[in-house]
Amino acid sequence: MKKSIFQILLLGLFCARAVSAADLNIEITQGIDNPIPIAIVPFTWEGANALGEDVAEIVSADLQQVGEFRALGRANMLSMPDEASEVYFRDWRILAQDYLLIGKINHSPGSQLVQVQYEFFDVTREQKLIGEVLTGSVEQLRDIAHEISNVVYEQVTGNRGAFSTEILYVSAQFVSQDLTYYKIEKADYDGHRSQVLVESQEPLMSPAWSPDGRQIAYLSFETDLPRIYIQEIATGERRQITNFPGINSSPVWSPDGTKLAMVLSKDGSPDIYVMDLMSSELTRLTDHPRVDTEPSWTADSRSVVFTSDRTGQPQIYQVPVSGGSGGFAERLTFDCFYCAKARFLPDGKNLVHVRRGTREDNSYSIAIFNMDSQRVITLTDTSLDESPSVAPNGSMIMFATKVNGRGILDAVSIDGRVKFRLPSAQGDVREPSWSPFLN
Amino acid sequence: MGTHSMKVLKSMILALSILGLAACSSTGDEEAVAQTADTSGIDATTAAAQRAEAERIAREAEARRLMEQAALNTTVFYFDFDVSEFMASDRDVLAIHGRNLAANSSRRIRLEGHADERGTREYNLALGERRSHSIRDYLVVNGASLSQIETVSYGEERPADQGQTEAGYRLNRRVEIK
Repeated sequence: MKKSIFQILLLGLFCARAVSAADLNIEITQGIDNPIPIAIVPFTWEGANALGEDVAEIVSADLQQVGEFRALGRANMLSMPDEASEVYFRDWRILAQDYLLIGKINHSPGSQLVQVQYEFFDVTREQKLIGEVLTGSVEQLRDIAHEISNVVYEQVTGNRGAFSTEILYVSAQFVSQDLTYYKIEKADYDGHRSQVLVESQEPLMSPAWSPDGRQIAYLSFETDLPRIYIQEIATGERRQITNFPGINSSPVWSPDGTKLAMVLSKDGSPDIYVMDLMSSELTRLTDHPRVDTEPSWTADSRSVVFTSDRTGQPQIYQVPVSGGSGGFAERLTFDCFYCAKARFLPDGKNLVHVRRGTREDNSYSIAIFNMDSQRVITLTDTSLDESPSVAPNGSMIMFATKVNGRGILDAVSIDGRVKFRLPSAQGDVREPSWSPFLN
Repeated sequence: MGTHSMKVLKSMILALSILGLAACSSTGDEEAVAQTADTSGIDATTAAAQRAEAERIAREAEARRLMEQAALNTTVFYFDFDVSEFMASDRDVLAIHGRNLAANSSRRIRLEGHADERGTREYNLALGERRSHSIRDYLVVNGASLSQIETVSYGEERPADQGQTEAGYRLNRRVEIK
């Protein structure tokens, strides 16, 4: 439940400001055929003034976005209990509901805070599964609602919910050929509460989270050259990490937080390097005259997956971190014209990537390649898909695409059955980066 | 716009080479005349021949200057899809840029490489760099010094055309001399 106030901190021409940007408005574009029916009764509130947030509505939206649930419409409810003693299971069985969530919000005695009491029931077994009281400020009601969604999701599916996570993304507002405003923004996973972390009139790229969720790394052209920066989210304090000749790009934290993988072309062509963040010491992982780029770490921090066009077209390779540039890069993909920007799902077996099957099909999709079965599942049907980023619980992939000439963020479940979309009210949005668990 | 100036430049080079040929053939005639004049020992004829020769040289120099100027004014070079080598048709123009840098050692340029939006952003960043290097290397072959040339890639981040058409993509796959 930590949500620190953003401090205003000017650093030269740049500033990280608590500017609230235009929120992205979520749209569910595809759900599954037989979602689990769940009744989420509006939470009662004893206070005089209306609350800014509808907790039950936020929970409904969360659960429906991930596709496994369908929430009962409020107009169809036969009763609206707010505590266990008021629950009559037959009211919910008649409506064919499997689960029931109820709750109430009260002033916390002797403080400005509010208490949210919720209870969650299995209707079929007429059993209360869990109940809790969560306390926070009125401004934290959204966080509390997401927390309740996490609990419900885990109770039903057995998997950890990712509703308290956030996303980073780049927005670009084209004004004229000589003027585009670039921003790195942070928002809740559902696009709400967006904030601008970095802005520039030169391109910004590749925002990445530190594993503890406190820092971001990104690429900025503010010096007219692509250079890597690290910024503290809470304070806006930032430092330039690289200043090597040529491309400095694609910063990615190792899962243990001690290193940053990156791409440097200082020795002639782009190669993969790893920088130790304590000593700033560089280790070169690849040494090839063609392009090596887009590193991502395996979960054990021991190898890096990357894109290389050493055989002509971009394909996916994996190299051990300990081997240095003498390490053998193993090629992972063979059956595509263009396979790039790969990262493993948390299971370490499924590789999410951008794929163009053949030269003729001229379409870039998000696909999953299973290392064991060698099978490929293509998840998307738009044609300019890129920058896949996986939710920390491995349930959904967010990616960037173009619809009607507009850059938007889309999300798809890893089985391809559920899709939702986060269009921007203005300008293009792209390069989503899903945070680690923050709670 | 870039395509248009390319076409103008190409027709100009063609026109100038025809001019050059014409100049060559007329030179032959004048020399013949000059020899005849010598034998007759008339100074006026010699003077006329010298004047014609000077005019011819000046005309050729002017033609060369115009052609070089047109070449130097061409600062955007386009690339085929997924290709990082510049087009063969740009070779002459780039050679003139290279020789101009060699002749003006204090001149500095920046080569900005770009890609169209298809494919991944970071791979496109690398592709833009490779395109700018392909042009840089050819300038160096033609006498420019590496220290005169800075290269930078913007990948797909700064399209010249905002559309999703083949024509727009063609305009976006480019290197600009700045």
